[in-house]
Amino acid sequence: MAPSPSEFLNPQPTVADLPGFAGNLPQRYSRDRLFQIAAWAATAIAIAVLSWLLFDIFSQGWGRLDWQFLTSFPSRRPKNAGIVGALAGTFWVMIIVALVSFPVGVGAGLYLEEFSSDNWFTRFIEINISNLAGVPSIIYGLLGLAAFVRILEPITGGRSVLAGALTLSLLVLPIIIVATREALRAVPEGIRLAGLAMGGSRWQVVWDHVLPAAIAGILTGVILALSRAIGETASLITIGALTFVPFTPGCTEDFPYFNPLDLLRCPVDVVQSPFTVMPIQIFNWVSRPQKGFHENAAAAIIVLLIMLVTMNSLAIVLRSRLKQPNI
Amino acid sequence: MPAEYSSLPDQASLWQPNRRRSRQVEGVVRLVCFMFAAISIVTTLGIVLTLIFETFDFFLDPFFRQDLWIDRLPQLLPEASDGQLQAIADQIQAADPKELWAQAEAIGVNPPSRIAGFFHALGRFLTDNRWTPLFQNANFGIFVLISATLLTTTIALAVAVPLGLLIAILLSEYAAPRLRQVLKPILELLAGVPSVVFGYFALLTVTPFLQRFIPFLQGFNALSAGMILGISILPLVASLSEDAINAVPQDLRQGAFAMGATKRETIQGVVIPAALSGIVASVILAMSRAIGETMIVSLAAGQNPQPIDGNFGFINPFIPVMTMTAFIVQVSLGDAAFGSLAYKTIFAVGMALFAMTLTLNIVSYWFVRRFREKYD
Repeated sequence: MAPSPSEFLNPQPTVADLPGFAGNLPQRYSRDRLFQIAAWAATAIAIAVLSWLLFDIFSQGWGRLDWQFLTSFPSRRPKNAGIVGALAGTFWVMIIVALVSFPVGVGAGLYLEEFSSDNWFTRFIEINISNLAGVPSIIYGLLGLAAFVRILEPITGGRSVLAGALTLSLLVLPIIIVATREALRAVPEGIRLAGLAMGGSRWQVVWDHVLPAAIAGILTGVILALSRAIGETASLITIGALTFVPFTPGCTEDFPYFNPLDLLRCPVDVVQSPFTVMPIQIFNWVSRPQKGFHENAAAAIIVLLIMLVTMNSLAIVLRSRLKQPNI
Repeated sequence: MPAEYSSLPDQASLWQPNRRRSRQVEGVVRLVCFMFAAISIVTTLGIVLTLIFETFDFFLDPFFRQDLWIDRLPQLLPEASDGQLQAIADQIQAADPKELWAQAEAIGVNPPSRIAGFFHALGRFLTDNRWTPLFQNANFGIFVLISATLLTTTIALAVAVPLGLLIAILLSEYAAPRLRQVLKPILELLAGVPSVVFGYFALLTVTPFLQRFIPFLQGFNALSAGMILGISILPLVASLSEDAINAVPQDLRQGAFAMGATKRETIQGVVIPAALSGIVASVILAMSRAIGETMIVSLAAGQNPQPIDGNFGFINPFIPVMTMTAFIVQVSLGDAAFGSLAYKTIFAVGMALFAMTLTLNIVSYWFVRRFREKYD
């Protein structure tokens, strides 16, 4: 039993009573070395597992990754199968998640940080948000199934892009709210006071001065939240995203099958369409017995990882811009 | 008014802030932002109400009322032979519930009440030792799924806690700042790997690898799922523990060094005990995360609920098991119609899952507040 700090700081009357104090120094030092080696070994194990994972996926999937794979629909034959349906689904879901969660998350963060006084209701919302961050994603899926797929079916069209995107938006909202609040808190109080002293209203000060100063931090949080959403599988399986999708949402029938302008041309077609996303396509291929599908899964994972790395790099660039004195 | 100012234009032509409009705009913005903040409360309410409502619906399902009736048949018809009882039981089970109640009323027989059915369902949920809700002979022992979840979670913690803690110690006590700058992003990278990727890795890479050393390890098993689950929660343990260790004041370490303690003795005797509340909280949070994790266990741990009996299959890490989350995925992938018993079952399982993770999150929060050593 290790002594608690108070015991250690208030030792027994005589030094000789301390267990092991008079023990031989070489032995104590060799234990020190062992401990340090253990700490290094633990880190090495973590890095080794990560490298093993990456190596395994790249060696399995790299050969499969070609233009045909990126532009084909799923197929019963692994060699003919591709990910265009999943790419389009991920694209549309992420667009809607961004459109919904960005204003809502930033607005909620603004309310908590800039507009509310510190009363019981604010604290209640705060506790609530930190609780929501700990709810397993599959539970959000159950909420989405009951609320968006079933109750709001006239709007969402059932197991659709919109139902999935709304579910994921709720899932990432706590991340965006927390990031927004941190970014707002980092803005020096002097800026607000100066703005208010010039006669600006609270909102004018926030809109013209605080938000521009905090926007890099906020966007970093939003990107990190989206990169969480892009890999999210469980909640979308629960709301019933399909695993075999030989089409893309929207009204672009031919190559390249998805067009951002569809959101303006045929928004209802897009948002009410059944869909699949990259992680679900991967899940589906992993759970099949044929080796060919496992290679497809690895190739799709490479694509997913490239998306994630791109988004995270963007976040890192924004974060480094944030560190420069821009005020 | 002094003469030199008299040339100023009159008040009306000066720029005037439109205070009324800016106040209106601010009011609208405040209201909108408030509504956005309130969405988080609506979400919580939505989760809790959905789970409670659908779980009640599950326990009130006519299936359990019919089941209870069949259970009571021997008492109700003491003279009937086993064959007759079986025939009646089959009839009750096959009958449409509404017609059944109507028929019972017509011939003056009292079927069990809804309340009795509810408690019968609750009893079966908590005491059945099998989990076969989709079979003809349905059983609903939630502890079958809970035991599998706890099995994978225990294996995960056995991996994540020692590794995570040692990494936290390395980062905060041993690593030079430059090395930290390299190691932290690697940990973040590990934390950012989607769980379906870990599932791929556990099922298709780690299991075949382990089978070289453990020949009787089955293709789906709790062991490799739990180990990779542990790797996936490792960054959480490491970063939260590191925060807790960094919060220990430098004075305590220097005090220990001044007493002649070596670095390891300082860490084990002073730093870790001082940071213990934060470390334990991080472990509890990681446990909650592992319980709710879905893709790794549903891909790699299998879909076979192991009965809780003398064969102890439910604590065997080498055979396929089914966790709570894996069951929800299994039903979701199938075509469970809205309102069917299978559909309600996933909400009952979700309720148990939510209750467990919420309890752990609250305990973790409470633990930090209750046992934090304060240094001022």
